[in-house]
Amino acid sequence: MFRVSELVSKETLVRSPDETGSPQYVITAENLTKSYGDVTAVDGISFRVPAGEAFGLLGPNGAGKSTTMKMIGGVSQRTSGSLSIMGLDPEQHGPEVRAHLGVVPQQDNLDEELKVRDNLLVYGRYFGLPMSYLKPKADELLEFAQLTDKAKSKVDALSGGMKRRLTIARSLINEPRILLLDEPTTGLDPQARHILWDRLFRLKEQGVTLILTTHYMDEAEQLCDRLIVVDKGKIMAEGSPASLIREYSTREVLELRFGSERNATVGAELEGIGERLETLPDRVLIYAHDGEAALEQVSARGLHPVTSLVRRSSLEDVFLRLTGRSLVD
Amino acid sequence: MSVLAGHYDAAGQSVTDAARNRRFGPLYSRNVRAVVARGLMATKSSNWMVMVSGFFEPVLYLISMGVGLGAIVGAVQGPGGQQISYAAYIAPALLAVSAMNGAVYDSTWNVFFKMNFAKLYQGMLYTSLGPIDVAMGEIFLALLRGLMYATGFTAVMGVMGLITTPWAILMIPASVLIAFGFASFGMGITSFMKTFQQMDWINFVMLPMFLFSATFYPLSVYPQWIQWLIQAMPLWHGVELLRQISVGVFTPATAVHIGYYLVMIVLGVALTTGRLRKLFLK
Repeated sequence: MFRVSELVSKETLVRSPDETGSPQYVITAENLTKSYGDVTAVDGISFRVPAGEAFGLLGPNGAGKSTTMKMIGGVSQRTSGSLSIMGLDPEQHGPEVRAHLGVVPQQDNLDEELKVRDNLLVYGRYFGLPMSYLKPKADELLEFAQLTDKAKSKVDALSGGMKRRLTIARSLINEPRILLLDEPTTGLDPQARHILWDRLFRLKEQGVTLILTTHYMDEAEQLCDRLIVVDKGKIMAEGSPASLIREYSTREVLELRFGSERNATVGAELEGIGERLETLPDRVLIYAHDGEAALEQVSARGLHPVTSLVRRSSLEDVFLRLTGRSLVD
Repeated sequence: MSVLAGHYDAAGQSVTDAARNRRFGPLYSRNVRAVVARGLMATKSSNWMVMVSGFFEPVLYLISMGVGLGAIVGAVQGPGGQQISYAAYIAPALLAVSAMNGAVYDSTWNVFFKMNFAKLYQGMLYTSLGPIDVAMGEIFLALLRGLMYATGFTAVMGVMGLITTPWAILMIPASVLIAFGFASFGMGITSFMKTFQQMDWINFVMLPMFLFSATFYPLSVYPQWIQWLIQAMPLWHGVELLRQISVGVFTPATAVHIGYYLVMIVLGVALTTGRLRKLFLK
């Protein structure tokens, strides 16, 4: 079918380890930019993802996450910059790049005219895979997605969580090296989310590179080794969840509620406690290394909040600090 | 359990790696048959009734106009100047209409739905399929339907005693050619449509084409400029082509009719592929 020389060159291109011994990157983006007319959705972002990493893209709506995912999948053409997936440019080698990818889009696009198991078989054929491989593989994936007893059901008969799991099972039919997940758990109930997280963990254990966008900070903390926070098409921060919390927040947060009217004025009286103070309409946040100690200082100043809560800093604090609290739509 | 454990064939090569190591084009993965297989599987489970109704429409016309009206009209002059029954005169024209209807239905309404509601093509283009695989696969399905209609209709003509020459069997491949022209163009045009109202424009073009393309009476009844207009439209070429084949009379015009469709196919496939690329790989 194909010439030997081609196979050899492809092998070298895709799989040979880096000569310097540095980790091998499956995705390299340099100054990646995408404009739609006057609007710049992605504005010169650069990142590299080594094989086997779970890499998150976080950001508010319209930050450019989905557009970045589409460019990685080769279904959106970049305006400028460079992008390499498994050593290939997705614009020049769309079908070939996508042969390495599994894609879970933001909205399920299952084939409603086909039954559950047939969805997997047909999707596998799109990758040029033979039926002798696909039949056992489909059964295996149905089990993985806990859908074995739904194999012969119609797709519309599935619940939202089941559809999502089927979409993820479908994305694995070609044993992808890289799995792109665009808000994989949006709209799911907690049970369904936890099942999905478990499945994604197992894939990561098996060495699949996960690229994930999400609005849920707990999801990002659970799943991502490393992430970038994107806002207005630019990278605001990059690092592991723990390092981002260290860098952009404190170890603990003290949340105080004095009542809506008092909250706004109490700020001045709290000055100097903790490392940073943030006044919100419903509460006051004090970012401090030791929350309990900060609370004692508050009491020592004769201030008595209606309620107080000491909690650990989370990625959500980092996210809100970096991207602001106002709504963007 | 490992869902990603490699699966190896007899030669020790991973099956999924083998699928990745095929030769790919930038817009094509040599896998049209996967799209066709999907279409057949979907048809099996759903729209049989729609398919059957599409077949009966021209048959009903043939019976009512050919048999009913034909009794009043009597014999008419065929393409070679010979006298033929009115039913034998309109039957090849209705066959061309049938090929057009089958192809247009599949490549417009079906494609419109898959494009805008089922998001089928988006899913396909996230795999290693390219836009050319998708376009060619969908067009092929429309052709298959055109072929089924044409074969059925030709059989009905045979049963009704309207086939007088062995040449008539060539009406079947010629119908597929006609269907190809309409399907490739139909899909390209559909890609511009955004609403159901716009889709109605397709019917607005198809109905007059069906009624006036020398389907039921010769072109010579029209003033010259209308004749030119009709001769510019694709259906007239299909009607004339099949009518010539039905009696086994061929002229230089036969080559023009065939050439018209070949050009239409090339332009249509280019348009459709370009549009799919623009819509889904933007």
